[in-house]
Amino acid sequence: MLGEGIIKGLAETARNFFASYFSAERLTTVEYPEQRIAPFEAARVFPFLVFDQENRDGGGPEWEAGMRCVACQICEKECPPKCIYIEKSRDKKLDYLGKAQYYPARFDIDISVCMSCQICVEVCPFEAIKMNTVFELSTTDRFGALLLNREQLAKPNEYYHKIHPTEAAAVDARLAEAKIKSETKATAGAIAAAVRGAEVPARPVEGGV
Amino acid sequence: MNTLDQIFVLLRQWLVSFLPAGWQAAAGVLLSVAVIVGLFPALFALTTVFERKGLGRIQNRLGPNRVGPFGFFQPIADGIKSLTKEDIVPLRADTAVHFLAPVLLVLTVFMGFAVLPMGRNMTLVEMDSGLLFYFAMGTSTELAVFMAGWSSRNKYSLLGAMRAVAQMISYEVPLLLSSVTVVMISGSLSLTKIVAAQNHYSHGLPHWYIFTPWGFAGFLMYAIATTAETNRSPFDLPEGESELVAGYHTEYSGFKFALFFLGEYLAMFSISGLGATLFLGGWTAPFSFLTWVPSWIWFFSKLMLSIFVFIWLRGTLPRLRQDQLMNFAWKFVLPMCLLNLFVAGAWRFMGDGWLRWVVCSAILIAAYVGLGLGGLRRGKIGPRRYRYAE
Repeated sequence: MLGEGIIKGLAETARNFFASYFSAERLTTVEYPEQRIAPFEAARVFPFLVFDQENRDGGGPEWEAGMRCVACQICEKECPPKCIYIEKSRDKKLDYLGKAQYYPARFDIDISVCMSCQICVEVCPFEAIKMNTVFELSTTDRFGALLLNREQLAKPNEYYHKIHPTEAAAVDARLAEAKIKSETKATAGAIAAAVRGAEVPARPVEGGV
Repeated sequence: MNTLDQIFVLLRQWLVSFLPAGWQAAAGVLLSVAVIVGLFPALFALTTVFERKGLGRIQNRLGPNRVGPFGFFQPIADGIKSLTKEDIVPLRADTAVHFLAPVLLVLTVFMGFAVLPMGRNMTLVEMDSGLLFYFAMGTSTELAVFMAGWSSRNKYSLLGAMRAVAQMISYEVPLLLSSVTVVMISGSLSLTKIVAAQNHYSHGLPHWYIFTPWGFAGFLMYAIATTAETNRSPFDLPEGESELVAGYHTEYSGFKFALFFLGEYLAMFSISGLGATLFLGGWTAPFSFLTWVPSWIWFFSKLMLSIFVFIWLRGTLPRLRQDQLMNFAWKFVLPMCLLNLFVAGAWRFMGDGWLRWVVCSAILIAAYVGLGLGGLRRGKIGPRRYRYAE
């Protein structure tokens, strides 16, 4: 009959109205600055750069020495709003595989431009850029403070483990596998070289090869 | 008891008595006007915070709770904000009309309060044709709305204003027709006399017009029409913030916008007050043993109850489409109102007894069911076809 649905709806809202005074579990919202809900693993806000504390080549502070980024600039090229700016270094440093690689002399992300699309994370072949969960980033400075440099962006691998444990474990496993592969390859190469060395009579080595 | 009932009347007499005799009448009126102009905006401030908290509770959240204890100082913050905001007038707007529209809106709405009996002997102007005056003033708000939309020189404003005027004119008809039944029965256009006609009790229960078949139907139609008339949800198409930005007041900012907001709520108060006067016995008590409670308390509690129902409806119903709105007005509310005129006449001339109750109720229920089943039924919905390209 006409108006039946309206009565039902009114009863439902009335139940909400009165019951919200009596049962606290009905109130699904929290009062944000005072109360917070626990951060959940799938949260993604803005990118950050991962560094390994155990990998220390070259001087400089820990975050600079252990940075996984090799300044390949794929993320810079892929970034849809072009918020990443990278300057490649002149010299090279050893990465975790013991391979000499460039490193970013400058790595800036303008988070006022960043749209949190996560494409940089998806294209990075070196597991160097990941998404952070920190969302309280407002500042009183409109210009400088929203442009994050590499020191502000660098976070240790432990931090990555803390915010995204499952994903970070998978990444670590992948990296370890790659390391073992490259090591076996290196050993195999060394063995082969040794075998070759045994077969071929040793030539006098010219200095400074 | 009587002193408390008449406390405002006596207070005014006492205050005015300090003046010379020639000035007393004018000063008394000015004093009452000042009270009305002060009281209802204060009630508006209170209602905004209650509305936001009530809607929050309906949606299982807390609502505003930042400013002051339980957020009750929120209207003060809102007021300061709208006073200090920049007043932007569009470059090509009609400046004079753009300025006059909110002023006219609030002015006409305030005029309506002049004839409302807010308690025993508490009517500002004892007008013989009070109801007519009220509707004349209420209709003028449409002019203000269209002035606002037209002068802004903005297509959203104009669209909003046109929607608003179409809606308000459509629902003006059932509003008037549902009120006419009360005039037919009570035989007077004076609101004071309409209240007096309802102010008697039998078996401890009052003779309010809502407790008759034609009064109940009339009250329902009146409630629907007032909801549309004050642009409240579910009939808030003129504002339609998800479709039209904000309707006819898109180009208003700062205090002019606040005036529109104030006007809307004041219209809600005054039309609720009128509804209470016409159908809910005005300032009379709901039971004869409660007549010792001051009359103005009854009037204002009925008014606030109506406001609560408005908020409740807003929290429940989704917004109608324009064609649904118009169909509802012309195909359901208007036929019901016309039939109700006939029923009220029958009620008047069938004399006392149970027969008129049966006959009147039967006619109204049959019409309600019939119109509900047939009148609003739409054609069968089939697959959609783009007809204009054929």
